[in-house]
Amino acid sequence: MKIAEDSPPIVSALDRPNSYIGRSVPRPNLARLTRGRAQFVSDLTLPRMAHAAFVRSPHAHARIVAIATADAANAPGVIAVVTGAELAKVITPWVGVLTHLKGIKSAPQHAIAIERACWQGEAVCAVVARSRAEAEDACGLVEVNYQELAAVTDSETALEPGTPVIHPELGDNLTFERVHVGGDPDKGFKDADAVIETTFGFGRHTGVTNEPRAIVADWNPGDARLTVYHGTQAPHMMQNLFAKHLGLEEHQVRVVTKDVGGSFGIKVHTYADEMATVALSKLLQRPIKFVADRIESFVTDIHARDHRIKAKIGVKIDGTITAWEIDDLTGIGPYSVYPRTSGIEANQIVNLTGGPYTCPNYRARARVVFQNKNVMCQYRAVGHPIATAVTEGLVELAAAKIGMDPLEIRRRNLIPDDAHPSSGPSGIKFEALSHHESLAHLDAMMNYAGLRAEQTRLRAQGIYRGVGFASFIEVTNPSAAFYGVGGAKISAQDGVTIRLDAQGAIICQTGVTEQGQGAEAVIAQVAASAFGVPIEQVRVITGDTDNTPYGGGTWASRAAGIGGEAAWQAGKALRANVLACAASILQAKPEDLDIREGRVVDRDSGTERLSLQELARIAYFRPDTLPPGFQAELMATRHYVPRAWPFAFTNGVQASYLEVDPESGFVTLLKHWCVEDCGTVINPQLVDEQIRGGVVQGIGGALFEHCIYDTRGQLLNGNMADYLVPMAAEMPDIEVGHVVTPTRDSELGAKGAGEAGTAGAPGAVMNAINDALRPLKAKPLTDMPFTPDKILHALGKV
Amino acid sequence: MSERFHDIAITVNGEKVRERVDARKTLVDFLREDLALTGSHVGCEHGVCGACSVRVDGVVVRGCLMLAVQCDGARVDTIEGVADAAEITDLQHAFVARNALQCGYCTPGMLLTAQELLVRGGIPSREQIRAHLSGNYCRCTGYHAIVDAVEAVAQARSGAKG
Repeated sequence: MKIAEDSPPIVSALDRPNSYIGRSVPRPNLARLTRGRAQFVSDLTLPRMAHAAFVRSPHAHARIVAIATADAANAPGVIAVVTGAELAKVITPWVGVLTHLKGIKSAPQHAIAIERACWQGEAVCAVVARSRAEAEDACGLVEVNYQELAAVTDSETALEPGTPVIHPELGDNLTFERVHVGGDPDKGFKDADAVIETTFGFGRHTGVTNEPRAIVADWNPGDARLTVYHGTQAPHMMQNLFAKHLGLEEHQVRVVTKDVGGSFGIKVHTYADEMATVALSKLLQRPIKFVADRIESFVTDIHARDHRIKAKIGVKIDGTITAWEIDDLTGIGPYSVYPRTSGIEANQIVNLTGGPYTCPNYRARARVVFQNKNVMCQYRAVGHPIATAVTEGLVELAAAKIGMDPLEIRRRNLIPDDAHPSSGPSGIKFEALSHHESLAHLDAMMNYAGLRAEQTRLRAQGIYRGVGFASFIEVTNPSAAFYGVGGAKISAQDGVTIRLDAQGAIICQTGVTEQGQGAEAVIAQVAASAFGVPIEQVRVITGDTDNTPYGGGTWASRAAGIGGEAAWQAGKALRANVLACAASILQAKPEDLDIREGRVVDRDSGTERLSLQELARIAYFRPDTLPPGFQAELMATRHYVPRAWPFAFTNGVQASYLEVDPESGFVTLLKHWCVEDCGTVINPQLVDEQIRGGVVQGIGGALFEHCIYDTRGQLLNGNMADYLVPMAAEMPDIEVGHVVTPTRDSELGAKGAGEAGTAGAPGAVMNAINDALRPLKAKPLTDMPFTPDKILHALGKV
Repeated sequence: MSERFHDIAITVNGEKVRERVDARKTLVDFLREDLALTGSHVGCEHGVCGACSVRVDGVVVRGCLMLAVQCDGARVDTIEGVADAAEITDLQHAFVARNALQCGYCTPGMLLTAQELLVRGGIPSREQIRAHLSGNYCRCTGYHAIVDAVEAVAQARSGAKG
């Protein structure tokens, strides 16, 4: 293990001449984004394309008594008005369950509601017109007669006998429950010198992708094929789902994903209005476009994080943690989201809580309940921000209780760096982690002692600053254990095909997708390094089910670790093929040759023997000059899936430094640090920017973001003026450091880095606020987001 | 319906354009739908996110809060025009070099807004850069890299002026 600098030396196992691995190579294809020449789905127009808009339920729960569509059908520009019952003739409903989440249940969900709307915003009727504006005009002319039903909105009472059951056929409002006991929690709490108990709250929030969800579906009856231009993270998953529910074969469906304006887990799920759009295209036999507007995004993009967790920690006076306990309750809306389910976040919280620490005594219960609000599902760092904030909140409350420094209590309890392989209190397996080295690096990087001195000095002047920490672990590079074993057609493996073009450049096609995180750069860097060409001679093609190897796409921090390894193996395979061809041309032995900087060279001397351009010319245009029986194979495909470990866990630690104004309750973020270990760093700049973006997304949940519902299930702040997101002026500079512990599951050794920032930031900010307010005897703040109002309440000022 | 549709004459990226527009059509919808200039993006449609930022008579405005009919006689510059005119080539290069964009959806608006600050001259502080960009939402980067890129261009331009 070693600390990675901004441009760390090349990792030895991957050492090749002119390697790009470990270098901050700029991403290809950025100029189109800086010049306004990108191709987002919302930019797309096709011949005969019509626009869909949806009439959406204003009620959280209502019976649909009747829908009068005549006036809308006669409105200018209208092509069709389609109800749920009519659309159900071309698309089947779905149920979001997985077999490995024992007992999880949900009800069939339709593309457009039939008979009953179960949340405010659920589509009840579609209008298709020449323009979006005309479609929206006509939506206003659709008359829906609703009979309002009692709405279940409070997850705390969702399971009580007097509460209506949203789906009576399921028997109750319980979606999923998991109980876990590890070690001996009762003994652990008995052995403790102090037990700290509190309740953590996490506000419902959502992804607010800058480009809303967008889809253009084009059913061509002449080809009997459906082409879907889709802002998605998982083209092959969507291909499967579109085919399955429209009654098509998968080869009849092509999903194309070009530029995507932000995803973060929002665009990896099945959305009813998107399924309705493909069904409308099938029904009307022409291209149909749907782009969610901002209000539709707030009421239909998946929400996440609405958890209430009662939590307990036992600690000895010497700082030894003796036991953990959590009781999680979360309300996920009226349906478990298809196909990944809405049980995963609670399941992750049970898996991850206490994860960085040695104490094995752990009792956990998580209950997931239905309610009449928008659906919840997996959003960036699924469960991690919650498990981390609970764990780290408990650790710092325990440290304060026994009067120990927050870094010292961690040093005494974090799993030792030399104790791996190891496991967490829930039984999760760790190949190799570096908690202590990360902590030591952070300590030095932030000048912890200096900050404490500054904090003390300023307190004397009535300025209240706080330092808070969060050690964390992150699930990356998921194997089939995540979804495949539960029956979902979501690929854990991914592939890369590389071919030599006729001028000596290479073309890489891959199943992982570009969402702006830099997957194309990573694939290009790895392929260039493994094969031996300058990176300018690499083109990467992603996001097209007709033209890429089958793969999972981008989610759970998998693109670099899994797609990167496939690119490494494919690059090596193509190099071997090309060297075989070169050897036959040069009458040399392949093992005496190498490919460097786009040239076939003598392995020992580095002397050029043949340019790749010349090799390609011979292989493609004058193969008659090659020895009889020799066939050049200038295209190679390799796939990769992690097998040795269910997940490649990463780790790290974050720190927040901030100031709280006790008069106004406002928090000013001064600085944020993150040291993380994602194994081999392929591109330090891209890793750092994933961390920074993730940290700010975590800060959003900690301080600002909250989908506020009233007791009738009405979202009160479904717009960007009332739902606050982090903007430039309020965000701090963020320093990022690295420790490098490669996974041995792949030759590349890379783990994921996409979610670590989001995982740790909320807990660090929470701990910093409580650290700032401790001298004022404030009640510890544990209910996110930490608004000025809540801070003033904690101070007893309002 | 004579009051609903209006003939307008606009200079867009230096080209003279005459179109008949619906009175309710926003400037950004007009640019994207009628002129196929899709570099200006629609993010929130209520003036908060800044993805639709364009210049009208030299001033950066929200394309979703201005109607196309209001631009009759005006000069409108979008990211496509500003890029083709090579007005912000250094800023675009800095954004690429610093990875100050990820998905890139906010980038056209972010670049035009940053250029508005940069043309004032001098080297703004990081706080001033952050304040000037505070109406442009970026979900991907966390802003740090954007501030770095703008700061680097301010320094380079100042140095170049000597």
